Amino acid sequence: MADLRDLYQEVILEHSKAPRNYRVLQSANHKAEGFNPLCGDHYTVYVDVENGKIRDIGFQGAGCAISKASASMMTQSLKGKSTAEAEDMFTRFHALVTGKNRNPEDLGKLTVFAGVSEFPVRVKCASLAWHALHAALQGKQEAVSTE
Amino acid sequence: MSTVLKTPEVQAATTYDVQKVREDFPILRQMVHGKPLVYLDNAATTQKPQAVINALVDYYQHDNSNVHRGVHLLSERATEAYEKARVSVQKFLNAADHREIIFVRGTTEAINLVAQTYGRKNVGEGDEIVITAMEHHSNIVPWQMLCEEKRSVLRVAPINDSGELLMDDFAKLLGPKTKIVAVPHLSNALGTINPIREIVRLAHAQNIPVLVDGAQAAPRMAVDVQELDCDFYAISGHKLYGPTGIGVLYGKTKLLEAMPPYQGGGDMIASVTFEKTLYNRLPYKFEAGTPDIAGVIALGAAVEYLEYLGLAKIEQHEHDLLAYATEKVSAIPGVKLIGTAKNKAGVLSFVMDGVHPHDIGTILDHEGIAIRTGHHCAQPVMQRFGIPATARASFGLYNTKEEIDVLIAGIKKVSEVMG
Repeated sequence: MADLRDLYQEVILEHSKAPRNYRVLQSANHKAEGFNPLCGDHYTVYVDVENGKIRDIGFQGAGCAISKASASMMTQSLKGKSTAEAEDMFTRFHALVTGKNRNPEDLGKLTVFAGVSEFPVRVKCASLAWHALHAALQGKQEAVSTE
Repeated sequence: MSTVLKTPEVQAATTYDVQKVREDFPILRQMVHGKPLVYLDNAATTQKPQAVINALVDYYQHDNSNVHRGVHLLSERATEAYEKARVSVQKFLNAADHREIIFVRGTTEAINLVAQTYGRKNVGEGDEIVITAMEHHSNIVPWQMLCEEKRSVLRVAPINDSGELLMDDFAKLLGPKTKIVAVPHLSNALGTINPIREIVRLAHAQNIPVLVDGAQAAPRMAVDVQELDCDFYAISGHKLYGPTGIGVLYGKTKLLEAMPPYQGGGDMIASVTFEKTLYNRLPYKFEAGTPDIAGVIALGAAVEYLEYLGLAKIEQHEHDLLAYATEKVSAIPGVKLIGTAKNKAGVLSFVMDGVHPHDIGTILDHEGIAIRTGHHCAQPVMQRFGIPATARASFGLYNTKEEIDVLIAGIKKVSEVMG
């Protein structure tokens, strides 16, 4: 049986209570909304991209502890990365939370989300901000939905 | 010879032996994440007693056949069982006539049926439809679709901070342009019981028909459509311990007779030529195609089961559970109830400081407790209270005080885990 502590790790709870980069980014040249119509979680991700590199990134919105911590830690992990690296990281993060790859490389602190794979209904929470990031980088205008 | 007859004090019990009733529900005998299942999501759907499960199995094992058309014995048996269920539902709602009972897929389809037939015929440009601020999406969207088509206007009667309908404001919305009023009997998100008789009285004073969404009320209290005097009453089988995919639209004969059919097809016709089709009489005019025969028969078994237990006893039982849970949950620091109407049943919606309902749901699930988290298909209600979602425990006839104690311990565990 999965332990609740595998999901609600200290670092996740800490980020959910004090999210980093939680702000509207005035300099953003990419922006997208992520929305989970089933639970109402809703975030906007702002990205400032220059020469293919993420110079700055921020987010705002509301949702559960998992979605908020994931958004917060995503923004921390992506500053200074190239957009290609960011997309690649999303792929590996997705493999982690869906349990397809329990030890993906180069995810650093994000590996705390490995426990999500034991809670299939929470995968959408953990990946919501990443879907919004992907949409922002692709330049999509409409809000992305998990459904 | 004289015998002295001693009449014992016969007093009808006000409730039933809940432990014995639980034995009728096989699904409740299971462990979830290693803990006994505590099912508190009854406003979403209820569990089924063995009698309902047996009705489904028996029908397919012994009587399966199409209704209203065969000359053979199986068809005769299926038709008889199908029509017997209609009479059971008629008695359950105390409708004046069995032809006023139309079988549909559920409350949603019942409301769509009225919007698409009565509504399309009677609501025109600039006309108004009045609903309340506590609707389930199923009593909003069908009317919005109609308003869009007919360029009519949806008016929403406001509620107060306890989740009660503001009757003065409601009354003011009614006028010569109002063509229909659609209200919930019991709010799925807040638990509020609306004063249907008063609503109907106000509407009828201006000749406006009233549709009542009875999805949450029908399993929780005795419903008498003649006493309520409503024009339409919609219910879902699966919320009253019957199968999914079956429900009922009750409508007064006079209104149903004047309404055009909803869907065309078999069973709803009297005769068909390529030039002209004559529609069948009630209720078949509204039951196109082969119906969910097994579902109807099992729904009949469900309402018979509820009447065997007694709706008054079920109401009392759930009232006691809600009172107990309300007292215990409000005493937990950081927990706030959403929906505190004086007249309330079955539903306990709450939020916790600093904890999103989704996280509450996951942690309670780990304790074996099934609740609903989210907007409960009532997003405007969430907007009214300025919250994205709530956690909702909703009670059924088989829940116990011990289960509420487990819920309380679970909510305390949420605080521990989330820190």
